Amino acid sequence: MTQTFMLDGLAIPFEDGQTIMEAAIAAGHYIPHLCYHPDFTPYGSCKLCNVNVNGKICAACTFPAMAGQTVISESEEQNRDRQRITQMLFVEGNHFCPSCEKSGNCQLQGVAYHLKMTDDHFNHQFPHREIDASHPDILIDFNRCIFCALCVRASQEEDGKAVFAISGRGINKRLIINSDSGQLKDSELTVNDRATHICPTGAILIKHTAYQVPIGDRQFDHHSISEVSMDQDSSAP
Amino acid sequence: MNDFIAQLLEANGHRKTRLLAILRAIQATYFHIPKEAITLLSRSLGLPVSHIISVVDFYSFFHSTPRGQYDILFSDSITDHMLDKQSLMNYFSHQCQVGIGQVRKDGRVSLDNTACTGMCDQGPAALINGYAVPRLDRPKIDLIAKLIEQELPLAEWPETIFQVDDPIWKTGLLLNSRLAPGESLLAADARGLDATLNEIDQSKLRGRGGAGFKTALKWRLCASEPEQERFVVCNADEGEPGTFKDRVLLNRYADWLIEGMTLASLLIKSQQGFLYLRGEYLHLFEPLQAKLAERRLNGLLGDNILGKGWSFDIEICLGAGSYICGEESALIESLEGRSGIARNRPPYPVTEGYLNKPTIVDNVETFIAAAHIAIHGGNWFAAQGTEQSSGTKILSISGDTPQPGIYEVPFGTPVAAILEDCLAEDVLGIQVGGPSGTFISNREFHRRLAFEDLPSGGSFIIFNKQRDILEIVRNFTHFFADESCGFCTPCRVGTILLSEQIDKLYDGYGSVGDIVALQELGHLLKTNSHCGLGQTAANPMLNTLARYPEIYQSKIKFPHFGPGFNLDEALQAARKIAHRDDSEAHLSQSGD
Repeated sequence: MTQTFMLDGLAIPFEDGQTIMEAAIAAGHYIPHLCYHPDFTPYGSCKLCNVNVNGKICAACTFPAMAGQTVISESEEQNRDRQRITQMLFVEGNHFCPSCEKSGNCQLQGVAYHLKMTDDHFNHQFPHREIDASHPDILIDFNRCIFCALCVRASQEEDGKAVFAISGRGINKRLIINSDSGQLKDSELTVNDRATHICPTGAILIKHTAYQVPIGDRQFDHHSISEVSMDQDSSAP
Repeated sequence: MNDFIAQLLEANGHRKTRLLAILRAIQATYFHIPKEAITLLSRSLGLPVSHIISVVDFYSFFHSTPRGQYDILFSDSITDHMLDKQSLMNYFSHQCQVGIGQVRKDGRVSLDNTACTGMCDQGPAALINGYAVPRLDRPKIDLIAKLIEQELPLAEWPETIFQVDDPIWKTGLLLNSRLAPGESLLAADARGLDATLNEIDQSKLRGRGGAGFKTALKWRLCASEPEQERFVVCNADEGEPGTFKDRVLLNRYADWLIEGMTLASLLIKSQQGFLYLRGEYLHLFEPLQAKLAERRLNGLLGDNILGKGWSFDIEICLGAGSYICGEESALIESLEGRSGIARNRPPYPVTEGYLNKPTIVDNVETFIAAAHIAIHGGNWFAAQGTEQSSGTKILSISGDTPQPGIYEVPFGTPVAAILEDCLAEDVLGIQVGGPSGTFISNREFHRRLAFEDLPSGGSFIIFNKQRDILEIVRNFTHFFADESCGFCTPCRVGTILLSEQIDKLYDGYGSVGDIVALQELGHLLKTNSHCGLGQTAANPMLNTLARYPEIYQSKIKFPHFGPGFNLDEALQAARKIAHRDDSEAHLSQSGD
């Protein structure tokens, strides 16, 4: 007999070893997320996928599915907290959507649309962060990094390179590059690496490709992140 | 430098897990971690440069730019502030001609703040090149300033400067007991190892670090893992502000602790233990090493313990300035030579701990209690305390009491009785269990010290009626923001926003929506954070807001709407750029 748990009142089947997120996606249910990606080891840092599991808040991407769990994801309370967490991500960095070439394809923006976020709510931190444009093909704008570590994981797990690491602590967290100079040009990163294409925001960009798709014709201009994400995540190997 | 690092790597067996120890030695020698050192370590240990940089960046005792030859860190605990820390620090700054947060131009001396150093019973305290200096006053600072100007090596400074006392005011079940070296191991052998674990079960001993997990259950879970390589870890990273009882236990009763860890190794069948000692207790490192050596010599540690064929040894690992490493999975990460970031759980350390092998992590006091229980039996221990909280608790009492120090009291003791013991008068409230615990008001002194009422890892800070609640909350809230590892969004960003929000009230710019905003933010942190740090970071605010709403209300200067900052002050930069200071270049605050 298949094991199941309850997600927002629906029975979700799962296999041993699956997380709540994996089982939910397999059953066709979207749980908002940014640091989760089906191809890489779950990380659990963004906390957007926090769900209520038998009264306790857990990250759906790391918490194992277990028979008999009652999981609440689409409640007013969870989505309000998700909106606040998204607002935190916006105010801790420098996210100026109108001038960002990732606008329309940015998952942070997509999640914000999905959660009906209309303001930043909190005080902006306006941190001073640099841009690394040293690489001939790739640009990093650290202002837009949300520390999801997807580039860290993609580089390690798929590219076998460990080009990136998350350094620092607390609000002084920073993305760093594994090279003696600390610059991207001296790292092993190439334009064909998975890590180059994995950034959910506009922090890692490929040069000479901006605006090939006009604003207005981009992913989240026409489709909600819940649709786009379900298409991509469930088709992953 | 090449030779120095080569020797250092040799001494640490070229082990990646020893990265913290290696970096500590480099920092002590070069006053920072030079770039060349990182490159050398990267090549020889096979670690990415970025990994080493991330570790340097994470721990507050490592620096990428040089600190002074004499690096002075003043403890920033609320108790230090209550003992006039700030004016002493200013005095030091003046005497040594070094700004706070700065390195003097000649590189001789640097000065900064650090989180509570575990000397709340003898503050104000500081660390000089990592070594504890308690009971600071102006004459002591004058002396230190003179020694620094003379450039005398620390080893030649008068010992009195570093003299740490062990004030024990009240002893109980544990501290009144005796334990001859090896006694509990022989008792366990005579009784049988399974029977001994049953006695610990019978004692109802729960973890003394504060979380209160049943010790026997934890050890049993670990012992039942199929993986045969298992580890015993002692958490001596007591970083909770106001806690210092482990410091006293490590100094006075190290034999008991080592005995308890050895006992645990027999019960879970482990051959290797680690003592994770907080970096602030560097002064205890050599004495503890000597104690381990003595026990090895006496056949109580190492191979063939007591001639019975048992094999177990302990390695001491020093932290490097990080509160979160007191969380067991962050501690394990740190033991492995990484940044202290709490792991996702499950799996728990009993199944996948150090090097992903079954590991028990227990508090100093827990191991000591277990050693005594092995001799006297479970009922001896369970005879004291309450149904759910057996035995006694060793408290670190500090703040407004004429007798700060160590008190051992049975669990279930009412707070009023503890206050009588330490002669505290005119009490406004108490922070029980440190900033992450509970703030109780003077209407709650009937409450009892127990897991089921007021749990505490040992911290007990008393505040009298002259103290400012918001100042206390502000100190604690900033502490959490400084110590947040930054892994998860709610804690990384939330602790900073919370600090800003509290500062806004404290500075007199609060308006009516701010209290609602505080509550909302506090709730978000509590429910959505990754680990205990974020989940408890709002406790000081939430606890005091529930008990003293009038204090928060009284800070609101603008009942409807008000600017969240000083308008005129904010124009200062613009005035400077425009070279203007006429009356037209100033703004008055609305509502003034």
